[in-house]
Amino acid sequence: MPGLSGRFSTVIKAKVSKLLDRAEDPQETLDYSYAKQQELLQNVKKGIADVVTSKKRLQMQSSKLEQQVVKLDTQARQAMSQGNEELARMALERKTLAQTELQGLDPQIKELEGQQESLIAKEKQLRQKIEAFKTKKEVIKAQYSAAEAQVQISEAATGVGEEMADVGMAMQRAVDKTETMRARASAVEELEAAGAFDDITQLGSGEDDIDRELHQLTSQSAVDEEMAKMKAELGAGGGAAGELGAGEKPKEEAQ
Amino acid sequence: MIVRIATEGQYRVEGENEARLNELDNEAVAAVEAGDEARFTEVFGQIIELVRGGGALGGDELEESQIILPPSDLTFEEAGQEFTGEGLIPD
Repeated sequence: MPGLSGRFSTVIKAKVSKLLDRAEDPQETLDYSYAKQQELLQNVKKGIADVVTSKKRLQMQSSKLEQQVVKLDTQARQAMSQGNEELARMALERKTLAQTELQGLDPQIKELEGQQESLIAKEKQLRQKIEAFKTKKEVIKAQYSAAEAQVQISEAATGVGEEMADVGMAMQRAVDKTETMRARASAVEELEAAGAFDDITQLGSGEDDIDRELHQLTSQSAVDEEMAKMKAELGAGGGAAGELGAGEKPKEEAQ
Repeated sequence: MIVRIATEGQYRVEGENEARLNELDNEAVAAVEAGDEARFTEVFGQIIELVRGGGALGGDELEESQIILPPSDLTFEEAGQEFTGEGLIPD
């Protein structure tokens, strides 16, 4: 079959034959294969643990960003009620940035969850095949004819080998995707370290590099809109600035 | 005939479905060569559906697959690499 699947079969089968390192003595081949299978099964378990770790890291980041959004919103309101529009704008810009990051994280966390599930299913499949191999191994060992045993070993080992090559591929795909997410996660952490999401009241009024970058990164119209809304809210409240100082919960973003 | 969908599992494809699979497979290749992503997605989806419909092999069956299909989440870009680059899985 020369098509898509034909090409693909060739690639996988080359990998399978690499896995099947046949010794001269059939008994040895059987035991060696089984040991090798057990070893690879451990690798699969490690791979799943890696995915879980990455997922937890993203989840932690997500909840940190959620807290930042609430905090920055409160700060913006406080600044606004004190008449410091410049500071309020800065806080809102940072809030917008944090919200954008947050939106990007959600689908990634879901994707990792899906990968975790499918890897667990694959691991179970592989474990079943290895179990079947173990049973067959004892049957084959009892065969009279060495030639007959050789054929059966080859078949059984290929069956498991294919499953292992396939799990290996599923893991590789999961790792590739996780790498991209890790890179993104560290980028967010760097931003955090640089103070992009920090307490803006600590910074004073002087503009720094982060502020200039923020001006470029955030959607100015969204920030303007929110500034106007906040002003209106504060105006409607009869200028009761003191009440907001206690850290009123923002209405729409707090959830 | 036993067919594996990579990263998923093995299935039995029998009778006229074998011939149908071959046809679809060639159509998928043609779509990739023509750069027709929509057509490729449609045909590849049909291939996966056809194979899954055949019934999965039991976990304790140690069989070699006659055909191995790429994973069902294969992107058009990856399909293109199957024919040009070093393939989906580097050595």
